[in-house]
Amino acid sequence: MRWIWIDRFTEFVSGSHGTAIKNVTLAEEQFVGHLPGYPVMPPSLVIEGMAQTAGILVGEARGFKENVILAKIRAARFSDYAVPGDQLRYEARIDSIDERAAATTGEVFLNDRSIGSVNLMFSHVNQSSSAAGLPTHNFVFTEQFMRLFEAIQRARDPETSES
Amino acid sequence: MATTFTRDEVYGRVEEVLIEALGVDSDEVTTDATLTTDLGAESIDFLDIVFRLEQTFGIKIAKGELFPDDILNDPDNIEGGLMTQKGLEQLKNSLPHADFTDFEKEPTVSKVPELFTVNTIVNYVERKLQAA
Repeated sequence: MRWIWIDRFTEFVSGSHGTAIKNVTLAEEQFVGHLPGYPVMPPSLVIEGMAQTAGILVGEARGFKENVILAKIRAARFSDYAVPGDQLRYEARIDSIDERAAATTGEVFLNDRSIGSVNLMFSHVNQSSSAAGLPTHNFVFTEQFMRLFEAIQRARDPETSES
Repeated sequence: MATTFTRDEVYGRVEEVLIEALGVDSDEVTTDATLTTDLGAESIDFLDIVFRLEQTFGIKIAKGELFPDDILNDPDNIEGGLMTQKGLEQLKNSLPHADFTDFEKEPTVSKVPELFTVNTIVNYVERKLQAA
């Protein structure tokens, strides 16, 4: 299973904001135990979906040069939860970004109804700051990730992405 | 255009920033409270505070301006766990908004975070707004 909790970007404005959707299906493993006999999408995975939406937005803003690490959940509030068959939509916006870190705000929608907000901070970890024994290659935006990212773009818009 | 704030207004907004960034209650935010020991700030929180101050006051805070971590990374500035004279001078020059009275008596590196009190942040923002 791939650790990818968004299905598609529906809007992507480089360095500014983006929207991704996630179709929730009963085939996903989290529903085996969450909750027994009552499948609901764990809020932690909704946060992960927003982190991936915002994290890709942040990574792309600086050319995927750095490892973008989720460093802090500034706030996460939900008024409802998703069940299989629902569609989640993550709208993320970059509030602040520099060479050290980025801060994002995000709103979560359940079938077009707003159900909460997730505000995050990401650290930029690059080769020069890998003193903590981190790998020197980019372990967030890996080659596998970039191939997948490009494949999704090709599938959506075969003519423009071929050039 | 720079907006004029009184010191009380600056304090009020800094207090809001710290409440949101650190998840503390307003009665914990006192002028002498240190960000780390009293309010529980960790390293990423310092950047969170910088970003929030920039947004709240419409200012730009350059790397190392409010929290000059580069000085502590220079081996010439530290000897046996204490700041050298050179290091201390550099620190004082880069932190005109901090109160060094207690720190100077024994300038232990591990006590550097205690220079960052709520008052330090308010002083910094006030100076920054005056300079704008």
